[in-house]
Amino acid sequence: MTRLTQSRPIEGAKKTMHSFYAIYRKEMRQYFVSPIAYVVIGLFLFLAALFFNLILSGVIQNAMQMEMDSMRFGMPPEIDMPAQVMRAFFGLLSTLLLFIVPILTMGLYSEERKRGTMELLMTSPISETEIVLGKFLASLSLFAIMLIPTLSYLIFMFVRSEPVPPWRLLVAGYAGVVLLGGSLLALGSFISSLTENQLIAALFTFAAFLFVWVLDVGRNATGGIGAVLSYLSVIRHYEDFTRGIVDTSSLIYYATFIFLFVFLTVRSVDSMRWRRA
Amino acid sequence: MIEVQDLTKAYGSVTAVDHVSFTVNKGEILGFLGPNGAGKTTTMRILTGYMPATSGTARIAGFDVFNDSLEVRRRIGYLPETPPVYPDMTVEDYLDFVARIKNVPAEKRPGLVSDALKKTNIEDRRTHLIKRLSRGYKQRVGLAQALVHDPDVIILDEPTVGLDPKQIIEVRHLIKALAGDHTIILSTHILPEVSMTCDRVVIINKGKIAAVDTPENLTSQLKSGQRVRVEAQAPEKPLRDALSQIPGAKNVQVQSARPDGLLSATVEGAQGKDIRSQIADKIVTSGWLLYELSSVSLSLEDIFLELTTDDATHAEPSN
Repeated sequence: MTRLTQSRPIEGAKKTMHSFYAIYRKEMRQYFVSPIAYVVIGLFLFLAALFFNLILSGVIQNAMQMEMDSMRFGMPPEIDMPAQVMRAFFGLLSTLLLFIVPILTMGLYSEERKRGTMELLMTSPISETEIVLGKFLASLSLFAIMLIPTLSYLIFMFVRSEPVPPWRLLVAGYAGVVLLGGSLLALGSFISSLTENQLIAALFTFAAFLFVWVLDVGRNATGGIGAVLSYLSVIRHYEDFTRGIVDTSSLIYYATFIFLFVFLTVRSVDSMRWRRA
Repeated sequence: MIEVQDLTKAYGSVTAVDHVSFTVNKGEILGFLGPNGAGKTTTMRILTGYMPATSGTARIAGFDVFNDSLEVRRRIGYLPETPPVYPDMTVEDYLDFVARIKNVPAEKRPGLVSDALKKTNIEDRRTHLIKRLSRGYKQRVGLAQALVHDPDVIILDEPTVGLDPKQIIEVRHLIKALAGDHTIILSTHILPEVSMTCDRVVIINKGKIAAVDTPENLTSQLKSGQRVRVEAQAPEKPLRDALSQIPGAKNVQVQSARPDGLLSATVEGAQGKDIRSQIADKIVTSGWLLYELSSVSLSLEDIFLELTTDDATHAEPSN
């Protein structure tokens, strides 16, 4: 016991790091030993590549059409093709997230509860916050790993465009995807912590995503409520990013969203001790 | 090492654990004995900090299990009812993970993981996926998990469930070997397990403690309330009447129809009275032939049944 009282703060911080990393590492390994990660990543990349091609050829065809029109009517074409492709592509990514994130988060807590391993975690010298952050950051890392290959499509388009569009657009776009993904992952983890059933977790997560999506309907409505609802929608802020706009209010929005649901997950995991009957 | 005081846990209107108090000394093995649903698991879950008590206190190594939960959790190893394993991990990776979340420093980890594998005799399954293991092996992985960080206190919820007889003996030896350095609480509903491994027994029934004592004392405590077996050549009815007349004798049972024409009877005497001489005297003075007279000690099984049956009059805590 004397051991512990000496230099407790430093040791404590180090231990926190250890336990947090232990959870993170376990989650990452779990993802890659089960087929889920491979199937989800594979499917995601396949769809992303397919749609990127469709979008690109669509935009090119459209541009050629307009060029032909301009030859006939004598109007110089003014199209920013890379920007059009990017906006459509990031729109597509957000739609894919809607389906993929629930699969990534559904088992995070519900499986632990079902297998009884939550009992191991909760009787180990590790805090709920460490468990939740470890799991959240692991899911976010997996998501980032998924995104990296799609970066190559856009880089390819960027270097082949003339003039080369500002790289800021690309950075802002990906910052948007990561923030949107992070928000949805936080929400999905929270829902997973509420049930022992993976399927229920996935379905409710999907429903919750649709809900935070459609809040955007307020955009065209007049009056205060429409504006508030629109501000609360996850997709509204995302669109700014895809246009290359990094707005402080959007950053605050996503940071708050992630913090709120990570916090709620910590509370939910903590409350498992009391809920159990 | 472990002090439990008036621990109570209620789930709504159901009281699973009702004012339970006991202590466990350092290096001791305490057996928690009771029928299913008696409150063993609930008590253990409170001790490990998995769930809070409704009222009462429990301390491990001086730390309150609720207020200093992290300090307590640092000092315990716990095997829940179902081994908390990840099916997609290998045995070795799993134990390494457990060692990590138990704050074992990196340099000690490989050694401790090997020790745990050795102690639970699963070294040959080191690289196997846990989902491919049999029930008995999974249970032993669960046990290895509870020991891997070399904790002061080990809490085992039914550690021998799912094991075959040979493995059960191995696990019992292991538990006995761990005592001394470690303080151990184990729960079971198997009686021989308690008499073989434990230094002291807590018998719990319907959330209440029915008895706390050493297995030997519990046996001898009821042995003084003696049971005597008699074999004699005598007419059945008169023998029964004669035995029943002996002061302090009760529960006289006579079995007839033995092929050799003898009658055998069992008589229970009141606590602390030896009625053997009176029985002998009675039989001889009645002119019957006495063939055998022996005292039968009650097994832990009998005590257990007696203590946990509804109308048991002995169901008073002995402490």
